[in-house]
Amino acid sequence: MYEGPVQDLIDELGRLPGVGPKSAQRIAFHLLAADPADVGRLQDALGRVKEGVVFCEICGNVSEQTQCRICRDLRRDATVVCVVEEPKDVLAVERTREFKGRYHVLGGALDPLAGIGPDQLRIRELMARIGAQDITEIILATDPNTEGEATATYLVRMLRDFPGLTVTRLASGLPMGGDLEFADELTLGRALSGRRTV
Amino acid sequence: MLVGQNGQGKTNLVEAIGYVATLGSHRVATDAPLVRHGCPRAVVRTALVNEDRELTVELEIAPGKANRARVNRGPVPRPRDVLGILRTVLFAPEDLALVRGDPGERRAFMDALLVQRAPRYAGVRADYEKVLRQRNALLKSAGAARRGGRGGENDLSTLDVWDGHLAKHGAELLAARLDLVDDLAPLVAAAYAGVAPESRPAAIGYRSSLGEALPTGGERADVSAITEALLAALGEKRSQELERGVSLVGPHRDELDLVLGEAPAKGYASHGESWSYALALRLGAYELLRAEGTEPVLVLDDVFAELDRRRRQRLAEVAIAAEQVLVTAAVEEDVPGELAGTRFRVADGEVRRVE
Repeated sequence: MYEGPVQDLIDELGRLPGVGPKSAQRIAFHLLAADPADVGRLQDALGRVKEGVVFCEICGNVSEQTQCRICRDLRRDATVVCVVEEPKDVLAVERTREFKGRYHVLGGALDPLAGIGPDQLRIRELMARIGAQDITEIILATDPNTEGEATATYLVRMLRDFPGLTVTRLASGLPMGGDLEFADELTLGRALSGRRTV
Repeated sequence: MLVGQNGQGKTNLVEAIGYVATLGSHRVATDAPLVRHGCPRAVVRTALVNEDRELTVELEIAPGKANRARVNRGPVPRPRDVLGILRTVLFAPEDLALVRGDPGERRAFMDALLVQRAPRYAGVRADYEKVLRQRNALLKSAGAARRGGRGGENDLSTLDVWDGHLAKHGAELLAARLDLVDDLAPLVAAAYAGVAPESRPAAIGYRSSLGEALPTGGERADVSAITEALLAALGEKRSQELERGVSLVGPHRDELDLVLGEAPAKGYASHGESWSYALALRLGAYELLRAEGTEPVLVLDDVFAELDRRRRQRLAEVAIAAEQVLVTAAVEEDVPGELAGTRFRVADGEVRRVE
């Protein structure tokens, strides 16, 4: 145990995801030795993150203004909405540069063990959006795990009564650059059942 | 043959081999006791031959953290990916619990064998258990809301979704177990007759929580018919489930029935018969894996001391035909002479070949 502020810093850093005690200690001593200006910038960033960041009133993504950059961008197709769990998923889909529509961030997935049901997710907002705007397709891009699949199934049930709305689910299959022989059976099985005519 | 006094590390060694095959211990339910007291992790490094290919499999067991696995020095994404490289059938004194213990012991026996048969079922089972935990949590909160007069519509609206997923994964697991028991039953009956010819005939059967609603007929179990049956049963039990806050239908409530003559083995079998039954289950599993083209490594951990002379003899006959057998014993004389192979002495955690 170190004395006073250093140990406090190590303890706080150690509570962050992906940071173990060794890393926390390393970061703490790095900060101790770092240029005060660098530490100042980190301090500012930390200070702003809780006050300065708001969530977009339309899609729920993290934003600087009341509406995020994507929702304000008139060049983007407002008729297609991609539904994701977290803001970081928006970034992942954006990196593909394939998607020109808008997003809807749920803020998680159905997870009864953590006490998260439909009311804790931004599902009501999604329904309101579909009712009010001219949306023709919803792409369900929740994670392909137990909770994400359950959320997708739930949304399919909720959305099937909207007339003229197409609901699609991201395909799951083989990673690019991979080897067929190393694919696990579940992934390969899904890729087989979801195969396309070419 | 590994010979040594108790507490020297014989079981430790064969347990490690079993762990590479099943990612679990035959002795304890959790990983923590597998690691030397006070140490953060344990490493199991094995060199083995799979279909004439030499491989190394390395597992790092770190309780409370994610275990890591390497095959031929290359890391694999999940430890689960090493399943199927090594197949073992392990018989140990703990196996008496297969006959005398709770249904959970027999479900674990079926599932472990299922995974050895087709490693894919490790994933099916993990998915099923995850959905089950989620659904139970939902039943608890929805039930509490209903009793509190708050309606709980929020929870109930998603229950259908979890029902669907539980039925889907559950049907896959249930169908695989039904097929397994179908294939295993004659082998276990024959093995029991061989081990204890003077005893009553042994028969195993699968008892589903679906009861009469379980679809029957057909050569193999029909996954989609079972899915429908599970969904229907979940619908029927819903209010009861909400009251109790647990899922009442599904493979987690099923049982492998062990029958001896007319009576269930549990409670009615004598001590000797129980031993014979446990042995017959393991030998049946061994024959099943062999019939499907793999030569499992047979591990006999400290069992000869527990068996009478004829059962020892019978076990030795089977073991001799196996490609590789690992035997541990505290007293060398307990092991029938025909099993004499390479001998190792285990003392204080060190293994030395006996010339």
